[in-house]
Amino acid sequence: MTAAPGSLAASLLGLGAGAVLVCAVMVLWRGSTAAVVRVVALQGLALAIVAAVLGLVAHDVGLLVTAGIVLVVKAGLVPRLLGRVVRDNPYGRETRPLVNFPASLVVAAGLTFLAYGATAHIVAGIGGTRGHLVPIGVATLLIGFLVAVSRRKAVFQILGILLVDNGIALVAFLVTAGVPLLVELGVSLDVFLAVGVLQVLAVRMRAEFGSLDLDELTELHD
Amino acid sequence: MNLVVILALPSLAAALTGALRWRAATAWAGVVASAGVLASGIVLAVQILDGQHDTALGGFLRADALSAFMVIVIGSIALLATTQGVRIIDLELAEGRCTRSHATLYGVLVQTFVATMLLAVTAANIGVLWVAVEATTIATAFLVGHHRTRGALEASWKYIVICSVGIALAFLGTVFVYLAATQAGGHSLHALDWTTLMASAHRFDPGVMRLAFALILLGYGTKVGLAPNHSWLPDAHSQAPASVSALMSGVLLTVAFYAILRLKAVTDLVLGPGFARSLLVIVALASLVLAASLLLSQRDYKRMLAYHSIEHMGLIALGAAAGVPLAIAGVLLHILGHGIAKAVLFLASGEMLYAEGTSEIAGVQALLARRPTLGGIFGFGLVALLGLPPFSLFTSELVMARGEFQVGLGWAAVIALGAMAVIFGAVASHGRHLLLGPGDGRARPTASIVSVPLVGGLVACALIGVSAWPLTHLLDVAAHVVAR
Repeated sequence: MTAAPGSLAASLLGLGAGAVLVCAVMVLWRGSTAAVVRVVALQGLALAIVAAVLGLVAHDVGLLVTAGIVLVVKAGLVPRLLGRVVRDNPYGRETRPLVNFPASLVVAAGLTFLAYGATAHIVAGIGGTRGHLVPIGVATLLIGFLVAVSRRKAVFQILGILLVDNGIALVAFLVTAGVPLLVELGVSLDVFLAVGVLQVLAVRMRAEFGSLDLDELTELHD
Repeated sequence: MNLVVILALPSLAAALTGALRWRAATAWAGVVASAGVLASGIVLAVQILDGQHDTALGGFLRADALSAFMVIVIGSIALLATTQGVRIIDLELAEGRCTRSHATLYGVLVQTFVATMLLAVTAANIGVLWVAVEATTIATAFLVGHHRTRGALEASWKYIVICSVGIALAFLGTVFVYLAATQAGGHSLHALDWTTLMASAHRFDPGVMRLAFALILLGYGTKVGLAPNHSWLPDAHSQAPASVSALMSGVLLTVAFYAILRLKAVTDLVLGPGFARSLLVIVALASLVLAASLLLSQRDYKRMLAYHSIEHMGLIALGAAAGVPLAIAGVLLHILGHGIAKAVLFLASGEMLYAEGTSEIAGVQALLARRPTLGGIFGFGLVALLGLPPFSLFTSELVMARGEFQVGLGWAAVIALGAMAVIFGAVASHGRHLLLGPGDGRARPTASIVSVPLVGGLVACALIGVSAWPLTHLLDVAAHVVAR
């Protein structure tokens, strides 16, 4: 199987990468915390599909193992940890984002253009289906930033980090057919632990402040 | 010296503390492990200077003179910090401010933290280096939140959110380095080995490397506390227990900078020295100016020390921007001197907080009259940190400035000097308020477990400043690893 334009593999890659970006936009658009956790699980699944297709195309066992790790960590374990944070308050919503929902979508469109501009050199260097999908990963990364800085709910900051991370993982799969397996293992473990630490902190914050609003974090300043 | 042994020392101490919980024996085992790291770092350096090459675990770990130097820095500061950690945690336990399981968690995490830093500086592969630096963030997140107050919770939240995003950028940078390496014919894990990168860098695509280094500087720069991603640093360093602040400010910042130094060497081979230099000069000057403007209005002495770290990281970045071997030797000496002086000051400030009950500058006065030993340590520590002789920071700042003038960065050195003058004035005036004044006629003693190691640290810092002879050769060889 090759990833030549028009082939099945190329279509699957495009679909998977596109789904990653759509999920990022969904996180930006939806206010319900329970819904966005499911969206991020879906994004992990899409990412695993991209890795699996690339692994099949290149007959790369390491990449297939990586796809398995991504599936377990990003579509399974991490959403589960986040599920624990939102479980106590299933109707939790982001009601007062710093940038409101329609404006966020406009900014996201701008960021996507920026992603295409910034990666033109890399796209040209790699070429083909893989190269043309790189800007999608960078756009996901930038939208992740936007989520992290423009939302007041603590859960959304964790989601922002995850979007940044998934965007980078997508770029890594596309530009180099994945970083070496050992590094990927370390990266996945780190992401899992970081989300675990944030989950514990979020639970402690709820015990201390009675909410997960970051506006409560005003103790430290100059 | 087997590299596995160096990593095993703190790992074993962590496992021991986890199994037997926090008690006198496990707490001191951590101190012994730190002393062991320092000793093995020295042995490693001597072996490497004798021409031996050290690799372990089938090339997974690798040490050159630069790694050996960083192991010595980590060992020295870990020794200071773990010794004080025993006292800090035992006091908290005695006063019921901390439960035994929190103390155990502290003991395990501090040793894990030291182990991850050692892995970062001995990893042969820049991918593994990234994993280790990210692991330091995770190991320290709960340490920052150790006191479980609102402030500590807020600081650890900000710390992990900002540093996770920052370090993710460094990962993207690493991916682009890997792209450049595979385009130049490398493949699999070994393409990211430092030696392979240096050997094949002349074939890398300059456009890809430009993007890669910018991301790496921004990403690891977040962990170094360089502007514009410094905002977590004053919160985390002021809220953590003093022993953790000492480790974070004294050595974690420079371990992240070590990653930048390594990747700058690769970038310089691809793009020439100009590209990395101009980026480093920008972040260095921004950090210096920012530290100067924020230090003027500090009301909290632990935050004052934290902002002072941003200044010193700016100086180190400026020295690295110059990039000639002389300047890099100055950078490395500064890493050691700043590490020791800053650790001593943070540990002294922990003792001040315990004794005086406040970290407000306004709340503490006449320390020299009321607590002569502690006040003296804090005063001499400030003198060292402000770059006055005989301490080694004076020497290293001079050496870095000479390097900067050599490559035509004299103008930047002059701007840095201006910022340093402002900082000198601000810190000296805060210090005068803390230290001088009429006491109440009673001189309170300071426990010898505090005074002996801290005075020892200051004496070491001064000795290195007066005569760098045991280090001269090591610094020279280590500088040539990343500069030519």
